[in-house]
Amino acid sequence: MFSAMLGEAWHAMSANRLRTFLTMLGMVIGVGAVVLMMAIGQGAEAAVKRSINAMGSNLFVVLSGPPNVGGARSATGNAPSLNVKDANAINDLDGVIGVAPVTMGKAQIVFGSNNWNTDIIGTTPSYLDVRAWYLTDGYAFSDSDIRSATRVALIGKTVAQNIFGDDIDPVGKTIRIKQSPFVVLGVLDSKGQTLDGRDQDDTIIVPLTTAQRKLFGNQLPGSVRQIIVQAESDKTMTMVEDGLNSLLNQRHNIREGADSDFSVRNLTAIANSAAETTRTMSLLLGAIASVSLLVGGIGIMNIMLVSVTERTREIGIRMAIGARQRDILMQFLLEAIMISIVGCLIGIGIGVAGAILVSTFTQAEVIVSSNSVIIAFSVAASIGVFFGFYPARKAAMLNPIEALRYQ
Amino acid sequence: MMQKTVIEVSHLYKDYQTAAGPFPVLKDVNLRIESGDYVAIMGPSGSGKSTFMNILGCLDKPTKGQYVLDGHAVATMEENDVAGVRNKTIGFVFQGFNLLARSSLLDNVALPLVYSGIEKSERHARAKVLLEKVGLAKHIHSRPNQISGGQQQRVAIARALVNKPSLILADEPTGNLDSVTSEEIMALFGQLNQEGITIVLVTHETDIAEHAKRQVRFLDGKIVQDTRTHASQVLDSEIMP
Repeated sequence: MFSAMLGEAWHAMSANRLRTFLTMLGMVIGVGAVVLMMAIGQGAEAAVKRSINAMGSNLFVVLSGPPNVGGARSATGNAPSLNVKDANAINDLDGVIGVAPVTMGKAQIVFGSNNWNTDIIGTTPSYLDVRAWYLTDGYAFSDSDIRSATRVALIGKTVAQNIFGDDIDPVGKTIRIKQSPFVVLGVLDSKGQTLDGRDQDDTIIVPLTTAQRKLFGNQLPGSVRQIIVQAESDKTMTMVEDGLNSLLNQRHNIREGADSDFSVRNLTAIANSAAETTRTMSLLLGAIASVSLLVGGIGIMNIMLVSVTERTREIGIRMAIGARQRDILMQFLLEAIMISIVGCLIGIGIGVAGAILVSTFTQAEVIVSSNSVIIAFSVAASIGVFFGFYPARKAAMLNPIEALRYQ
Repeated sequence: MMQKTVIEVSHLYKDYQTAAGPFPVLKDVNLRIESGDYVAIMGPSGSGKSTFMNILGCLDKPTKGQYVLDGHAVATMEENDVAGVRNKTIGFVFQGFNLLARSSLLDNVALPLVYSGIEKSERHARAKVLLEKVGLAKHIHSRPNQISGGQQQRVAIARALVNKPSLILADEPTGNLDSVTSEEIMALFGQLNQEGITIVLVTHETDIAEHAKRQVRFLDGKIVQDTRTHASQVLDSEIMP
């Protein structure tokens, strides 16, 4: 009986193709929009998440300064108020799993006839662990390089491209940084851009002591520009932040209530708010798309009401030869569900095709998840039931005599 | 020879609700029809014969009174069960044929079986047999609009017979047909009655009513005349008091 009814529904749909198609179009556009919008939103979310992961997880950065010289405060990062001993002390704090003191600057580098100006980061080997930054080639420097301030370097992808090109293997080659020769130990994996678009691969990493003593000099021996601190987990972030503040205040003899000569920034919080923004955006996109689904549903209801009126006589005939009210109800409900499900399937196809087009033409990341397809499908099916029910019920409640007399 | 009673109507009243209060259409109608009978219900328009037909066909319910169809007390049944009675016990033939325009003749004839929950292969087999019986074996895949009015009425008769009903109810079955085709349809009814099928037909044409074995005449909501054709071999069934 059910298969007979499915056949009838198909029959009714194909009897008036243009109308069925136009009715379906509302559903197609609605579902297509939902799938596409969700794909774009999820793509954006994934891109943000990747930049967050690239940065390293659960990170603080302790910046030196702002220095307060006779009441005039200058920018953070400029005072030599942090040093390697601070970093060692932080390492002993509870909940801290990694510490990397960093000093940095810009320098001209030369290999053969090529030269390039890039960021030089002087740090300890733990920097790579904290930032979750790995080598594609060669090996990292070690603590003994720190102790003896050797002239070795790890170079980023962009740097390698620009001074070595594609053909030369950088590992083992000697480059010049500020005229001094440095041996390239390894090539860093690509990190891509930061959230603000800075190229993280345009970087050279050298041992901290080498940078301090041989590249940038120093007002105070051992001072660093910033210390990157990695907390054990999400949950220990607050504890570590409090620990950092009290430890450094104590070490720097800052009295209670006075300005600190350092500041602690929670990098994860910034990243999380960026993620939150994209989440909100993708929700918004989904919500707008859902409105078109609703409009599609109303279109189905509209056409089903017309169809019931048009087929009043048919309903009367069916009732006269023994159709029960629920048979009539099922027949029209099935028709509405079928229109919305077929429309939904086409819509999913169009949404996926649209997502592929968007990703090829804009390079934007687009993710069609099975979740979004399942959601769109079940919403469309329920819309079919919801908006199909009233017309179907209207048909089932018809009086057979009046229906038979209907012209 | 004792006949089985198919229809037993006693003290049947039907009022229509109008703005001016209830308007009586049927007033104390009593009728008994035995199995194998062939009854023509006649009367001018407004006499209540169509209303009576609707009640006989379980499309409408009486305001008061009893109607027993093939052992079912229809007046007090649930709507769902009444649909079952319409499906299995009654075969309808209408003046306007009332076939589904989009379906093939085969599907049209098989349609009542859909609502009896019968398998597709059996539905089609039974429908085919009946289409052969009414002489339309060659047209089973045609649409109703591809055949003549007389042929459409034959399809409707085949549809009425498909569920082996105890009763065929025909409402002005020749009203839309020319006289030659009417004769053919009436001949088919006569043949079916010969095979033992009970037929009740509503008509206002006397010559059509002549084909039946028994003529019941309505006037102003009452049965005023109930006669038998002389040739009739069926046992007399008198008007109930």
